[in-house]
Amino acid sequence: MASSGAVPFWRAAGMTYITYSNICANLVRNCLKEPYKAEALSREKVHFSFSKWVEGKPEKPSILLFTSHFSSSVSFNFIDRRFRFNFR
Amino acid sequence: MLRRATSALLSGVSRRRFSTDVPATPSVDSSFVEAWKKVSPNLDPPKTPLSFMKERPQTPSTLPTKLTVNFVLPYASQLSAKEVDMVIVPATTGQMGVLPGHVATIAELKPGVLSVHEGNDVTKYFVSSGFAFIHANSVADIVAVEAVPLDRIDANLVQKGLQDFTQKLNSASTDLEKAEAQIGVDVHSALNSALTG
Repeated sequence: MASSGAVPFWRAAGMTYITYSNICANLVRNCLKEPYKAEALSREKVHFSFSKWVEGKPEKPSILLFTSHFSSSVSFNFIDRRFRFNFR
Repeated sequence: MLRRATSALLSGVSRRRFSTDVPATPSVDSSFVEAWKKVSPNLDPPKTPLSFMKERPQTPSTLPTKLTVNFVLPYASQLSAKEVDMVIVPATTGQMGVLPGHVATIAELKPGVLSVHEGNDVTKYFVSSGFAFIHANSVADIVAVEAVPLDRIDANLVQKGLQDFTQKLNSASTDLEKAEAQIGVDVHSALNSALTG
């Protein structure tokens, strides 16, 4: 079930501990009873606004809303890629 | 269980300190203080984070009867310097009972039940993952990303999640997908056994 040998299975698949522990935490949050579930998920909401700096002035910011309400880990990967794209 | 005996054996040897062990007297850089006094004689030298930290209690020579537990989450402090009889933490190596006088250890936690025993009262939390730092002075620091009392978990959602992820594990093609599905199965079966067991 859990890790066998020196490297846990999620590490062998290229995941970091942060990714692993966040996935675990999200799965637990999604299994909560209702008043607690909404509270836990809203606590994890993150807002970002990105704006490019052009000729000494910031352009109109694009507001992105990320929630960590990942129904599946596919959307998690999607967000991960978006982050990398925006920071590059 | 490893108890005092090993620490008594080790006491002759110079023991390495934890980085979280705050020294009894915060070290003050005297040359910095002198230089500061020259520049601004009316202002006190700035305090460093170290000087705000409370000193950790020394390792007592006799075995304490209670274990001091700090249990923290990113958004809340569940237990703060609470004196309990025992905690059982879900370490990756198996359930680990921590009594007063436990040897200093760092344990990685897996999704599972953390139980806090105080006399006849047992408080159970489900922790998603995290670490337990057990200090030689009978202080245990437990950190987790998410932890909830067991009665807040919905058994129907756990069953549904377990089915979903078992299916995903069978249909996963890449290593990453397999690992994600495996995590899902692990977490949900841990939740399931926490509710049933």
